[in-house]
Amino acid sequence: MKRNVRAHVSMVFHLDKCLGCHTCSVACKNIWTDRRGAEYMWWNNVETKPGTGYPILWEDQEKYQGGWQREGAKLGLKMHSRLGALANIFHSPFLPTIDEYYEPWTYKYDNLINAPAGDEQPTARPISQLTGKPMNIEFGPNWDDDLSGSQVYAANDPNLKKISVEERELLLKFERLVFFYLPRICNHCLNASCLAACPSGAIYKRGEDGIVLVNQEMCRAWRKCVTGCPYKKTYYNWSTGKADKCILCYPRLEVGKAPACFNNCVGRLRYIGVLLYDANRLEESAKKPPEHLVEAQRELFLDPFDPEVVAEARENGIHDGVISAAQGSPVYKFVIKHKIALPLHAEFGTVPMLFYVPSLLPVAGTFDGQTYKVAEDFFTSLENVRIPIRYQASLFTGGNEAEIIRVFKKLYAVRAYRREKQMGDVSTQELQRVLEEAQTTAEEIQEIYHLTALANFEERFVIPPMMREQAIEATEDVYAHKGHIGFGFLRKPAREW
Amino acid sequence: MGWIQDIFSPKTRKWEEFYRNRWQHDRIVRSTHGVNCTGSCSWEVYVKDGIITWETQQNDYPTINKSLPAYEPRGCPRGNSFSWYIYSPIRIKYPFMRGVLLDLWQEAKEIHHDPVKAWQAIMENEVSRKSYQQARGKGGFRRVKWENVLELIAAATIYTIKKHGPDRVVGFSPIPAMSMLSFTGGSRFLQLIGAASLSFYDMYCDLPNASPEVWGEQTDVAESADWFNSKYIAVMGSNISMTRTPDAHFVAEARHNGTKLVVMSPDFNQVAKYADWWVPLNAGQDGALWMAINHVILKEFHVDRQVDYFMDYMKKYTDGPFLIELRENKGSYTPGKVLRANKLERYREEENGDWKLLVLDSASGEPRMPQGTIGFRWQKKKGQWNLEQKDGQDGTEIDPILTLLSHSDEILQVEFADFADDRSLKRGVPVKYINTVSGKIPVTTVYDLMLAQFGVSRGLPGEYPDDFDHVLPYTPAWQEKLTGINRKTVIQFAREWAETAARTEGQCMIIIGAGVNHWYHQNLMYRAGIVGLLICGCVGKNGGGLNHYVGQEKLAPVAPWGSVAMALDWVKPPRLQNGPSFHYIHSDQWRYEGAFSDYTQVKEDNPLTQGHTIDANVRAVRMGWLPFFPQFNKNPMEVVQEAVEAGATTNQEIIQWVVQQLKDGQLKFAIEDPDAPENWPRVWFIWRGNALMSSAKGNEYFFKHYLGTHSLEIADEVAKDSVQEVVWREKSPEGKMDLVVDINFRMDTSALFSDIVLPTATWYEKDDMSTTDLHSYIHPLSAAVPPCWESKTDYQIFQLFAQKISELAKDHLPEPVLDIVATPLGHDSPAELAQPEIKDWKKGECEPIPGKTMPNLTVVERDYVNLSNQMISFGPKAREEGIGAHGLSWKIEDQYDQLLESNHVEWNGQKYPSLKGAVDAANLILYLAPETNGAVAHRAFLAEEEKVGLPLVDLAEKTKGIRYNFNDLAKQPRRLLTSPCWSGITKDGRTYAAYCLNVERLIPWRTLTGRQHLYLDHGSYIAFGENLPTYKPNLDRNAIRDLVNSKPEGKTIVLNYLTPHGKWNIHSTFYDNERMLTLSRGIQPVWLNNLDAEEIGVNDNDWLEVYNDHGVVVSRAVVSARLPRGMCLYYHSPDRTVSVPKSPLRGNRRAGGHNSLNRIRLKPVNMAGGYAQFTYGFNYWGPPGVNRDTFVLVRKLEGKPVW
Repeated sequence: MKRNVRAHVSMVFHLDKCLGCHTCSVACKNIWTDRRGAEYMWWNNVETKPGTGYPILWEDQEKYQGGWQREGAKLGLKMHSRLGALANIFHSPFLPTIDEYYEPWTYKYDNLINAPAGDEQPTARPISQLTGKPMNIEFGPNWDDDLSGSQVYAANDPNLKKISVEERELLLKFERLVFFYLPRICNHCLNASCLAACPSGAIYKRGEDGIVLVNQEMCRAWRKCVTGCPYKKTYYNWSTGKADKCILCYPRLEVGKAPACFNNCVGRLRYIGVLLYDANRLEESAKKPPEHLVEAQRELFLDPFDPEVVAEARENGIHDGVISAAQGSPVYKFVIKHKIALPLHAEFGTVPMLFYVPSLLPVAGTFDGQTYKVAEDFFTSLENVRIPIRYQASLFTGGNEAEIIRVFKKLYAVRAYRREKQMGDVSTQELQRVLEEAQTTAEEIQEIYHLTALANFEERFVIPPMMREQAIEATEDVYAHKGHIGFGFLRKPAREW
Repeated sequence: MGWIQDIFSPKTRKWEEFYRNRWQHDRIVRSTHGVNCTGSCSWEVYVKDGIITWETQQNDYPTINKSLPAYEPRGCPRGNSFSWYIYSPIRIKYPFMRGVLLDLWQEAKEIHHDPVKAWQAIMENEVSRKSYQQARGKGGFRRVKWENVLELIAAATIYTIKKHGPDRVVGFSPIPAMSMLSFTGGSRFLQLIGAASLSFYDMYCDLPNASPEVWGEQTDVAESADWFNSKYIAVMGSNISMTRTPDAHFVAEARHNGTKLVVMSPDFNQVAKYADWWVPLNAGQDGALWMAINHVILKEFHVDRQVDYFMDYMKKYTDGPFLIELRENKGSYTPGKVLRANKLERYREEENGDWKLLVLDSASGEPRMPQGTIGFRWQKKKGQWNLEQKDGQDGTEIDPILTLLSHSDEILQVEFADFADDRSLKRGVPVKYINTVSGKIPVTTVYDLMLAQFGVSRGLPGEYPDDFDHVLPYTPAWQEKLTGINRKTVIQFAREWAETAARTEGQCMIIIGAGVNHWYHQNLMYRAGIVGLLICGCVGKNGGGLNHYVGQEKLAPVAPWGSVAMALDWVKPPRLQNGPSFHYIHSDQWRYEGAFSDYTQVKEDNPLTQGHTIDANVRAVRMGWLPFFPQFNKNPMEVVQEAVEAGATTNQEIIQWVVQQLKDGQLKFAIEDPDAPENWPRVWFIWRGNALMSSAKGNEYFFKHYLGTHSLEIADEVAKDSVQEVVWREKSPEGKMDLVVDINFRMDTSALFSDIVLPTATWYEKDDMSTTDLHSYIHPLSAAVPPCWESKTDYQIFQLFAQKISELAKDHLPEPVLDIVATPLGHDSPAELAQPEIKDWKKGECEPIPGKTMPNLTVVERDYVNLSNQMISFGPKAREEGIGAHGLSWKIEDQYDQLLESNHVEWNGQKYPSLKGAVDAANLILYLAPETNGAVAHRAFLAEEEKVGLPLVDLAEKTKGIRYNFNDLAKQPRRLLTSPCWSGITKDGRTYAAYCLNVERLIPWRTLTGRQHLYLDHGSYIAFGENLPTYKPNLDRNAIRDLVNSKPEGKTIVLNYLTPHGKWNIHSTFYDNERMLTLSRGIQPVWLNNLDAEEIGVNDNDWLEVYNDHGVVVSRAVVSARLPRGMCLYYHSPDRTVSVPKSPLRGNRRAGGHNSLNRIRLKPVNMAGGYAQFTYGFNYWGPPGVNRDTFVLVRKLEGKPVW
């Protein structure tokens, strides 16, 4: 089959560097969802794992029926077939309720300034942003933050089903518990199930960069996208009556700036760059069994240095600037070249374009009733890992443990190699063993080290030229556009924004 | 899957302008957040339609060097939520006054045309005074006009100055570095009128006392990029992911460069997630762990095998080789003072011979007097204050002997206190007998004492442990019962640590913070860790050091800033008060506890170690160790007047008269009777901080005794029988403060409880500057929009106060007035040599001599009519006397004159460099600071060369041409230059690490020996048994009186109450921010262990009542096994304004905040003074406001919360 080369702005989150600070969430909130109808939306949120997340238990597709499922040789939306969608158009039984997101609240702040003289200190009590009435806060968008070892939240993480009962119990104990962070935005999936679920055809992927958008003029508030997205990253704006979702800050990308959540990531764990892929192979790839999905997805991506790929890309109208961005893409390096970044819940079948480098975690310890003893490994290790590999495999590889082990070995090799290089306190034999086991080379290690530790923002954010003049030219003369852009009255939508 | 089609056509995508329109903005301005978070991050503030809409992070910090991760971006979710405040419903837009006071004022003004008389009328009517005091915090604010409120403030200030004295006016504003000009506005005002500025760094317990103890330095640490240079990092008491958010990446990245990270923390905290090892030691046992680590290192790397690098380092840079006199006591020996040079015939005539110290030289086998000790610092002949191993008398080379083991005359049994088991152990120590002018005395070295203290026997007889498994101080086996950590883990850690240090020559570091520093014995815990660094040569090395980050204390351009901020350009000395003592005493918290010897283990053989804390504080004040304001039980201006009336004609005679009055008891120190009305503080200005909540340890005592409003404490006043030095008044005063003025942009607790609230510009509405120790840049705050509504900048507001006071002064204080200022013996001054022995003049042990045996007394002149003029003018004293810091100073006449030409103000026919606007002040400071003007750095290094006697000026040669002004900073943050005011080297792409200048250029530390101190021979430290690094147990929970009147109610559990810094707030700022409250749980919850919760029937998110004798908190529970049993975390610092229900247990009154459950306990040994590095400096020395040794009862709230 002939290749159909496309360019996609893709992402890597290096979880080992995530400190769970949520600056990304706030950066996004300030710019995009700080308005009526969007109060409860967090296009970017950060979850503590193990945990239940936002909306609560979003990973549980038995509950929410998001994403794709294989039916024999076919791939269909889990919520129902396309025909079924039309039949059930007025009924969305699997939508999260507002309580499963959370009822947004504020406080009666003005009471502090305006309270009349009395016998008691005034307070600003919580009130609902929806009703304005006093409310009892029972859930929030980040409710289980840092909350490992919780019988209510951590214990109900759907991924824990993949590990043994004993392992699960251990994980909830003080001596053995662990947590790490999982920042989430829209994955801008290649096989976006929100898009597939939309009865109005309002959702589309932008051809030049793959960003998934909801056309705010075409959206008819069916909310099928909300159910369709297994990551629960499309939201319904109750004020405008439209679906709203992460737009990957395309207005920033279009002026060469990284999305706000990337720009403001103080853990420096976010990378953005172009991947070239073969659109003709998508269907075949998405149908692979879960444990092969990671590999299958990698095979979709093309080598941007391959002259044939470059020629075909040009033929497909991909700008030279985009091709060179693809060649400098940190995402390409993490995902394809070094194979250490993995998609989240590949088994959902959406072919997400956001990849995660898993987090290294401290070694385990044991408590003998009197004292606590830490395992003797110098660095964190696979042998004494605090959380079973199967848990990570459930998150990132559709259950494929070998993929996770491979990544860990490589990350370990980077640390051992770098220590040896500076300290000389790792034996040559040991280093050789580590490199061999990780199937890596000094050269690859140096590149991973550089990308992980040193890459500055120009290297982390390789943003392709968006060629706005060409896009604008399609509808009007650019020179004329330059003269009148911004003039005129803003047109309010039928309801409001 | 034919339906996944990309859309290319722009025609069908015209709607995309929807989000583009949102993104469009009009302006981006560089600013930051002035919030004492130590981040000091540069931000882009976006303005759209004249409104601030959001902020994103700048990423244009100049690169230090390419092999390091860069400083970009910097920020955190709190900073990112700041734009919420600007137009939020909690914003203070107008001046407000409590209605009760406003009515009284208007009434009084109708009767008295003169505003000062009007204020006097209110003050002299106790019913009136009580009426508005009792209304404090209870609503009833009314909007008032600036003009009216300024008149009241000026009248109250003048009334107080005349009636009680200017030192009854106090001001509080924390940490200048975060917005140094906003601080300056107020501090300059306070110092010009003669008021007292309250310290903050020690009050917050951010001051690590071990730093002055060991290094003679307030705090000096590595910038965060230097973490990347470390090869082994131990993090303890510091949750860098949460509290050093923009810096944490350097640790994450270092790991990928082969660095090992060990996190020592009782809970699985956010930084443990990064660690290779998480060591869950018991809370507050960090000291015990490090004592044992040091035991292992000393045994294996100093004795069994000797690492040359370590030995060499100990000799050169620590007091290890200095000789200590052993004192005989009932058949055994105890370590005493460092042997003084003038005790030897050879050095008898040396200048400052009491302050020059001896080591044993290996070549001559004789005691020799190395250069660089404190006596050389303050002698007439300059140039010998350096760390060259030379004899100070004849310049011969010295090779100091570290241990006397193979040179000893005898092995003596020396007593070492074991506070953990309340006993002492006798251990053999090698001794040499030295012939002194007063006979033969046994001495040993600090190093030998240290080995014995840590229990490393070297085959010497005595109560030494046999091996690591022997449970005796301080073996790995010994620490197990305290820390809960297995000895094998401790041993392995120690070996890895020391191996790494040996291979890298010192690239092991400790990152440490409040989690350790807030315990009563914080100084000992820190010293235990510091020993682990010193014995491995890790201080003064890039990638090493004790890196303590608690508070944004580093104000880089300190020399010129200090001159402006403390008004040294007009009047010297300033009135600077250590906050912890001030609040402990004035808010009457001392009344609620008995003798400190009841709750902490002390050696019982010395009167210094017995009794009540306030007595120790009284002695410290009269001996000149600590400041205290008000000074005397009389208005100091009246005192001068009386002296003049008694015939004193010169300042010296006035001082003599005052000394005599004090000696005769005619005049008393105010601290001797703090509850007498004439000794109360009266007017309090608060700005840039939350003095009545997050800074108010013992919050309820503040409310009761300062404000006179409701409070939630139920503690007994029990001090009566244990105090001796203070007057006990049966009835404790309530409502000491006549007027509390808060300058604020949000209605926080301090605003809510103040009499007057003035609207201030936020950090996005003013020009200012910020620096921190976490990075090496200086960058600005700048106004994205003008101050909103009726707000004004802090800098402007105090000028307005000054204008109004000057106006009223024409009638009330028309002529310049003489004032007498009492200040303690200061650090970095010749007073470091004041008191070789502790002697109390009050007890007749010596004569009262100002500046020697008692506080300095200085007569100064205050000119209230010209107050407003002085505020905006850089005064002539700066030109005459120059500027400086840390004991270094240099001349600035030429620069002063250049400033006059470029930007001046003129009054009374005289021109002065302008300080009128904040930008004027910024440019003046940048121009005069070595850190921002290369020519000044050059000049300052020349001055330092003269003192030290070694070449240094090369450090400033290359950067001589660099000069920054305020506009430069607005364009891009600028890297600070290497400066002798600091100890790191930033040139040639190096990261700043503390004490590199000392190690590389042989500049002494500002201590007794000029070296880093393992041993502290101040009389107090010997008395308290803290002369050697040691372990002391945490306070006895049955004796600290947290839970005397508070009883279990139903299912209740007692927990240790810990208040680490939180994730969703920086102190109380951002706590009330809707954004942050949404990401937390809508409240600051109380975290507790699941089994503890189960015991009291508490489920996640249940409401709790947390209480003790000091107060009560009502909040929600977070239940998690992330915490060990026995403790709860209530993150510092929620305001008590948002979502606070009432407490059924305390009469259904509104519950309190985190500081409602604690009170200040001062550790007397930290009051030591008059001696070398133990001399007073503002925020440098004094007992900190420790708060971790606190216990609470926790129960489920009965019924639904009542609002």
